[in-house]
Amino acid sequence: MDLEDASNPMIEANGTGGGAVEAPLSSTTTRKNRPIISAEPLDIEAYAGLYTGRTKINRLIFIASHCDNPTMQLEALRMAYDEIKKGENTQLFREVVQKIEGRLGPNYEMDVAWCSTIERKAEQRKEKLESELNSYRTNLIKESIRMGYNDFGDFYYAHGALGDSFKSYVRTRDYCTTSKHIIQMCLNAILVSIEMCQFSNVTSYVSKAEQTPEALDPPTVAKLCCAAGLAHLEAKKYKLAARKFLEVGPELGNSYSEVIAPQDIATYGGLCALASFDRTELKNKVIDNINFRDFLELVPEVRELINDFYSSHYASCLEYLGNLKPNLMFDIHLYDHVETLYDQIRNKALIQYTLPFVSVDMRMMADAFKTSVAGLEKELEALITDNQIQARIDSHNKILYARHADQRNATFQRVLQTGNEFDQDVRAMLLRANLLKRECNITASRKV
Amino acid sequence: MEGLVTQIQGLSGTASDVLSLQNLLKQADDSLHAESTRLPPFLDQLDPSKHSLGYLYFLEACTAGPVTREQASSFVLTIARFISSCVAEQIRLAPDKFISVCKRFKDQVLLLEEPLRGVAPMLTAIRKLQLSSEHLTALHPEFLLLCLLSKCYKTALSILEEDIFEVDQPRDLFLYCYYGGMISIGQKQFRKALELLHNVVTAPMSTVNAIAVEAFKKYILVSLIHHGQFPTNLPKYASSGAQRNLKTLCQPYVELASSYSNGKIADLEMYVEANKDKFESDNNLGLVKQAVSSMYKRNIQRLTQTYLTLSLQDIANRVQLNSPKEAEMHVLQMIKDGEIYATINQKDGMVRFLEDPEQYKTCEMIERIDSSIQRLMTVSKKLNVMDELMSCDPLYLAKAGRERQRFDFDDFDNVPQRYNI
Repeated sequence: MDLEDASNPMIEANGTGGGAVEAPLSSTTTRKNRPIISAEPLDIEAYAGLYTGRTKINRLIFIASHCDNPTMQLEALRMAYDEIKKGENTQLFREVVQKIEGRLGPNYEMDVAWCSTIERKAEQRKEKLESELNSYRTNLIKESIRMGYNDFGDFYYAHGALGDSFKSYVRTRDYCTTSKHIIQMCLNAILVSIEMCQFSNVTSYVSKAEQTPEALDPPTVAKLCCAAGLAHLEAKKYKLAARKFLEVGPELGNSYSEVIAPQDIATYGGLCALASFDRTELKNKVIDNINFRDFLELVPEVRELINDFYSSHYASCLEYLGNLKPNLMFDIHLYDHVETLYDQIRNKALIQYTLPFVSVDMRMMADAFKTSVAGLEKELEALITDNQIQARIDSHNKILYARHADQRNATFQRVLQTGNEFDQDVRAMLLRANLLKRECNITASRKV
Repeated sequence: MEGLVTQIQGLSGTASDVLSLQNLLKQADDSLHAESTRLPPFLDQLDPSKHSLGYLYFLEACTAGPVTREQASSFVLTIARFISSCVAEQIRLAPDKFISVCKRFKDQVLLLEEPLRGVAPMLTAIRKLQLSSEHLTALHPEFLLLCLLSKCYKTALSILEEDIFEVDQPRDLFLYCYYGGMISIGQKQFRKALELLHNVVTAPMSTVNAIAVEAFKKYILVSLIHHGQFPTNLPKYASSGAQRNLKTLCQPYVELASSYSNGKIADLEMYVEANKDKFESDNNLGLVKQAVSSMYKRNIQRLTQTYLTLSLQDIANRVQLNSPKEAEMHVLQMIKDGEIYATINQKDGMVRFLEDPEQYKTCEMIERIDSSIQRLMTVSKKLNVMDELMSCDPLYLAKAGRERQRFDFDDFDNVPQRYNI
């Protein structure tokens, strides 16, 4: 497989964190020689190996459609083809064959025979399942009916009819007798909902499952946390998503590979936390979190970038982020949140940089963030207008001065203004009331 | 006629006499009007300061018909003298006649094209007719009209300072507030103008009238100049007719306001150019131009929030002005008007923005706050009094009584409409 960009592992030089005029920030780590993992193109085999089932196929197809490199594209499509052949989903098969367009040679073309065999078998199985289910229903044996519907759900899922699958799983609800059954139903429903991208269902079924505490063993709890986190991520509630991902215990292991891999939990949780938590929460819930540490070991870049952010080495933090970005764009859950998260992280870095100081030399700050002074000035202006930084820019000397609003003056001003508004409003009200009264009197006297 | 004159001279002494005189005059009114041409010499026999009521009736009959220019100048003198010397209690017995005399006075003054002559007498007339300083008479709008036409704005301001609560005719209120708004705009007191125009636009009216439409147009423009924004919806207490129709009737102005809120000066100026005729026909072009220039001001003010110092070139770029020189002119003007606090360093071409030096620690400020508190307490008291009066009003009680909750057997009885004791 070709490398997209042949970049060498770079030695990164770290400047002091935050140059200031008044109060210098003490920096214990001045120079670090740490190889940053450069932006290697995604190792598709390794990536796909993390997942099983339908999500593997979906992810491969997603990578193929979003990738510019034709070699990578074909590699992904080839693996998707192989994976689909192991299953029974003829619709996905047709889709993948169409995308391949015969570029992979005669082995990877439309296999009509295989399709018709699968479809015939499907028909037969469906008839069998139906007759079984009908007999169970006449016999009114709850457990068998439940298993019948479950089998139906599995059958539809394997064949790609996600809507029918969801309906079948939900039907088992009436026949669930133990809490284990309920958990099973919820997990199935959650799986299908995630595949269908209907995350409101995910949230409701997660809460339903969490209400049956007896049968919840730790891996199930972890799975539910993952699902809830994904739902929050899609809803752009990054803080809640981060909290959920950070709660996932190490018992998860690889047991939820049909939805999510542990590396993903680390990445999603780490990035969302960085974008939405304040410093205390970041330290308590991420850096000091022993359980999460195991996940972070799997994705050392994320661990490094969180530590860099916390210790104010913004340049290297932003560099790690930049390197991770191309691969994150291939992730089906994260790709449309990457820009927002990155902007939020960058803004937080800028705000955090200026927080401890009374005045900041913008040239040193621009160095620390590896940007030009003019660009930095624009970014700071946006943040100041947005009231996220309380400061003013001395454009002549390129210094940023902290500015704390004078509460006393502001209060006086507001008081006088409120008094004036009250006065005006009440007088207008009295005038209107008199006018209305006059109208009433006129109409009343007319009636009389 | 002579008999009437003698009666007037005789019965103008005490209050009861004056009342009986009034009845006589009312009966004689038609004959007076019939002989209007013969009346002027009789006026000399009457003394306006003692026989005000009689003089008024005679004067009203004299001026009833059409008047030529020569007659106008003599009448103007007579009426002015009458107004200054008449007795307030007597003329308040016949307010309609007084009002019509004054209105004709105004017409004659305008006919002679000397509105300035009418300003002072009209002011005196208002003071004599008013029952209290909170009372709006029909003469108020006439007075303001004369002030506008004679560009005598300062005198008008003294009247505008008074709060109005009692109104005879709604139409008077509309005209008063509209003219008052225009005068305040002329004096650059935009806050007062906004208040007056707001009163017109939100006044209860069953149908939208032309005064409200014109007032709304000015209201939008003044709102842009003073606040930098225009609230898209009228407040809830505005009449439903106004809420529905005013915006459609003033379409170009509403679009101007939305273009203003987008913040691009070039677009705004293009829009103004395109619709110049419409604005000009409404006599609002000057105000529109002021609105456009206020946009530059607002942009510069926003810069003071973000920057401590900024070069004139940068200001020109950000506010979309053509050159640093223009930026300097704008900033200079704003400093003079007290809209921003800054110093210009011409050597470096830098502007340094300063904080508002007001510390709220001086005696004047304390006095100001104190008087504000007193004023608010008075207004609150007034509000309470009105509330109490309203709760005793039989109409209100009947309606509230009909729609009240019924929790008890007694609640099913009717609210007593009146007590027969």
